[in-house]
Amino acid sequence: MLEQDWIFGFFGGLMIGAGGVVYLLFNGRILGASGVLGGLADGTGWDTWKERASFIAGLILVPFVLTFLWIRPDTHLSDNWAVLIGSGLLVGLGSRMANGCTSGHGVCGISRLSFRGIGATVIYLVAGGISILLFRHWLGMI
Amino acid sequence: MRNVYALLAGALFGAGLFTSGMTDTTKVQGWLDLFGHWDPTLAFVLTGAILPMAIAWRIAAKRKTSVLGNPLPGTPTSKLGLNLTLGSFLFGAGWGLSGLCPGPSMAALSYNGSDGLVFVAAMLAGMLLARYVSPMVARLERPRKENGKEDGYQTGRA
Repeated sequence: MLEQDWIFGFFGGLMIGAGGVVYLLFNGRILGASGVLGGLADGTGWDTWKERASFIAGLILVPFVLTFLWIRPDTHLSDNWAVLIGSGLLVGLGSRMANGCTSGHGVCGISRLSFRGIGATVIYLVAGGISILLFRHWLGMI
Repeated sequence: MRNVYALLAGALFGAGLFTSGMTDTTKVQGWLDLFGHWDPTLAFVLTGAILPMAIAWRIAAKRKTSVLGNPLPGTPTSKLGLNLTLGSFLFGAGWGLSGLCPGPSMAALSYNGSDGLVFVAAMLAGMLLARYVSPMVARLERPRKENGKEDGYQTGRA
């Protein structure tokens, strides 16, 4: 069962990469979820709002359609709003300060062997591990 | 045309996040949980995503512009800086706490219910906040370079 997850993970990963390939080679841009969204959230990317909005429309609508055609996945998301708000604030603030998240620094940065991309990825993986250790194993919150 | 390809890129990105199971927060938190029930799925996802992108970067390096004639991204700097270091740490902490990062939070927006909306709303607020925090952090970094103390210290040691 777990090994089937790995296969779906790999093929899903290929599709994520294919999205990045299209965005880079056709639009000349680095695919980063926090960058595309953040430029709309803080107004710095309003000059390219149509491109950003089109990307986000595809990103939200395709999974929505797949929940009807395929399965409705259980996301096991926390229903504790304190956790959700705290986490959302940290993710939004941190990814914009760092100028990238899992897609921009992780996928696009590592694949071009960017020092900043690899550095950011190492730091957020370590921080994520510490977060799980603290909130799950020590505080028992999540 | 840019908008059509952006829609296609977003669609592939969303389909990939859905298929890979990365909208399931237990898989993400399982990957980060080295001291619990460790789940390696995320490594397979990242490998799958990096392979086509590595080829695309090689193609991009040989081209002057994108297929649609837009400028291609320039060479990245090799300096990490305080904003990237601190920002990545805060981002990682939040990512572990809920198991969501910006891409999957958008991909799962239609099936995460009100909880997913609360996360995205808080994330947008955090992004707005960064516009004020980032320049402050950048200012903390600058004076050290200007008065040259760091250089002097390094020369003294060498």
